[in-house]
Amino acid sequence: MTTTLKPVDAVLVGFGWTGAIMGQQLCDAGLEVVALERGPWRDTSTDFSTGFAQDELRYMWRHHLFQNVTYDTLTIRNNTSQEALPMRHLGSFLLGTGVGSGGVHWNGQIWRFLPSDFLTKSHNEQRYGKKAVTDHDLTVQDWGITYEELEPHYDQFDRLCGTSGRAGNLNGKIQPGGNPFEGPRSNEYPTPPMIQTYAPTLFGEAAARLGRHPFPHPTGNLSQTYVNPLGAQLGACTYCGFCEKFGCGNYAKSSPQTTVLPYLMAKTNFSLKTECEVLRVELSADRTRATGVTYVNSAGEEFFQPAEMVILSAYVLQNVRLMLLSGIGKPYDPATGEGVVGKNYAYQTMSSVNVFFEDKILNPFIGAGALATVIDDFNGDNFDHSGLGFIGGAYIAGMVTGGRPIEMIYTPEGTPDWGLEWKHAAAKNYLKSFSISVHGSCMSHRGNYLDLDPTYRDVYGRPMLRMTFDFTPNEHKMSDYVTDRAAEVARAMNPREIKINRRVGSWSVVPYQTTHNVGGAIMGVSPADSVVNKFLQSWDVPNVFSLGSGAFPQNAGYNPTGTVAALTYHAAREIVTRYLKTPGPLVQV
Amino acid sequence: MSGSDEAESGSPALSRRRFLIGTAVAATGIGAATAAAVHDGELGGPPATFRGAVPWIEGTADVPPGASGTDYRFFTPAELSFIQAAVARLIPNDAVGPGAIEAGVPFFLDRQLAGKYGRGAHYFLGGPWPKGTPQQGYQSRFTPAQLYRAAIPAIDRYVGSHFSGRSFDKLAASDADTVLRGLESGAIALGDGVDGKTFFTMLLQNTKEGYFSDPIYGGNRDMAAWKMIGFPGAHYDYKEWISRHGEPVPFEPVSFLGRPGWTRGAT
Repeated sequence: MTTTLKPVDAVLVGFGWTGAIMGQQLCDAGLEVVALERGPWRDTSTDFSTGFAQDELRYMWRHHLFQNVTYDTLTIRNNTSQEALPMRHLGSFLLGTGVGSGGVHWNGQIWRFLPSDFLTKSHNEQRYGKKAVTDHDLTVQDWGITYEELEPHYDQFDRLCGTSGRAGNLNGKIQPGGNPFEGPRSNEYPTPPMIQTYAPTLFGEAAARLGRHPFPHPTGNLSQTYVNPLGAQLGACTYCGFCEKFGCGNYAKSSPQTTVLPYLMAKTNFSLKTECEVLRVELSADRTRATGVTYVNSAGEEFFQPAEMVILSAYVLQNVRLMLLSGIGKPYDPATGEGVVGKNYAYQTMSSVNVFFEDKILNPFIGAGALATVIDDFNGDNFDHSGLGFIGGAYIAGMVTGGRPIEMIYTPEGTPDWGLEWKHAAAKNYLKSFSISVHGSCMSHRGNYLDLDPTYRDVYGRPMLRMTFDFTPNEHKMSDYVTDRAAEVARAMNPREIKINRRVGSWSVVPYQTTHNVGGAIMGVSPADSVVNKFLQSWDVPNVFSLGSGAFPQNAGYNPTGTVAALTYHAAREIVTRYLKTPGPLVQV
Repeated sequence: MSGSDEAESGSPALSRRRFLIGTAVAATGIGAATAAAVHDGELGGPPATFRGAVPWIEGTADVPPGASGTDYRFFTPAELSFIQAAVARLIPNDAVGPGAIEAGVPFFLDRQLAGKYGRGAHYFLGGPWPKGTPQQGYQSRFTPAQLYRAAIPAIDRYVGSHFSGRSFDKLAASDADTVLRGLESGAIALGDGVDGKTFFTMLLQNTKEGYFSDPIYGGNRDMAAWKMIGFPGAHYDYKEWISRHGEPVPFEPVSFLGRPGWTRGAT
């Protein structure tokens, strides 16, 4: 028995960063908006107050804020010759759920992609030849949008968050102390960069000695108090070292809770329904229009919510799955290369270098999610790739996100994982070691994709999403090359020793890497090779919009949230200024 | 009041758990959760609709589900003997710092396995159950509690047949280490549906959790593991120390339960 509800102008499926931003924009335009979130309500004072936020066991290892895979998971495999099996426990990525979702437990690393990142195919083909973008069965594409088009919306997100940083390129003029490789910014960061602790300072000094260009990582951990354009007040970061995997008890990390919700929740044309999971998008008989969504709540009651617009604002994996379950767009087939939904799933290529000092006390527990000194000399196409045999790159960050002891004790090469020798190494090195992060791009590949699993089903009887993914030779070569550059900086710090943790072998679901899953609902210039247009509007069902990193045709060497948010603002502007007047395709083909 | 953790109940008695934890920690500086409202980030509550204001309900802080009491609730005496012998080899005691026994790891493991973690909260255990590749991670049908229950006697059977009828807890340290290394590498096949390597990975991870987690969960006794490495614990403000490069931070560790000399009534 399905109860049909009163129609609304727009329904948001999922209520994290993209849902909050889009909800605010549409409500300001006067629309009646309802957001459906499958997880619970969460807020700072009740769910991650400073009295108990610094709990490594509960939040990191018992997954208290994360998606509970008991009820919903996906299946995984490295290639089509394998049988996909369920991800039975979170590991490689830590999926969000609940109000604010990953925006609650992210690190607050706020990046813009490079102008050339949006032209992955044409730019690299022009500079390095056709083979560079087709070798190893790469399926990289241009985004169909430029950095210049997105810049005002990157800026909008910076002002929402109060991002702390120093511009490296203001309107085309290179600025001292910032990232000289970044695209031109129209404005300086809203707040100054965080003050660097010892390890990032040593990293920056060593990098500068090598002729690199160190600068402070842009952060959503705020260097000072800030009131954003929606009137939300953020606090100053206290460097407690509990950001990623944790909620901020101090109102000092940009999140939907600290930046949007105080404003949006007060709106009388906005409703939020929690513990409500959308089962599918309903389409008209001719499948050219969405009529609304069917959802079930935690009491087991089923509803049909009619809506003029359906906004998929869940995580990439859920957005793609809902499209596949609802029959929106043609599913991708890796054998033929036909179809688009699920195509070009990609990830992030991570490696690191641990640095051990004999006598320097680094106090790694004084940290923040984005507290780092970074060099961008080997990211994107900031360096000449001629003869290297790969495209893409990585930023190298001397980063101290915290010193949480179950997760973040580094021991020298050859140390066993247990026994007296391990304990002695932990005791000796904890205060005097840290990790340099190599945060690499991940190009798209013909064999990496998302579809529906033929065997495993969720608690509602729906097929699970199936992820087929492995790192390709392009990613291994890129990662090895930039990891070597990171090791150079590590050695220039004159430590007692270093330990290089390369990206080796096939992708594994076990060790945590990043929650930067992208692609599968990719944007582009043509329905032949993309799922959505540059305004994140479905080519097939134009009153459906799919937000988030699913739109990335491949992943750049940066954290995705800044670009996810900018794309959302860009889509919202177009919906409000054009679509509402004349509903229909925003790009004609 | 027999205990404050949710482990005593097979069902998620949320309101009771909240109330009991609230009263257990109220005196230590954590806000008391005295209301019986359901508000849990893991299991969810009834569906709710919010409109026109940021919702806030007094007394619904999602405080940590700490352990209390000293009794064992999960391990049988034989299992406890194995656990004590095994964790004493994983993290031995010496002058540098506490061993796992001295840090209270067996008690921590007992409460974890008797509670939601042991029951497989945040695990998907549905079938079918092919073995899979190492890259596909945990593929057992067992909950963590079931895996411990199955693995411990299987290891003792293996030890009995290879070490003249002894059980694991009676082995010399070097023999115990040999067995643990065999489990770690996968060289020892236990049979009976138990993957020794999977169990070892879980045991080692859980042991380190008990060693380094907040003492509210029953391990890391006296915060001695934190003292050993120099981690100050549940501090949330280091602003004054950001620019004091290379200086030792002189803070005594603090836990959610406070610390001696700071929290009235704490020992």
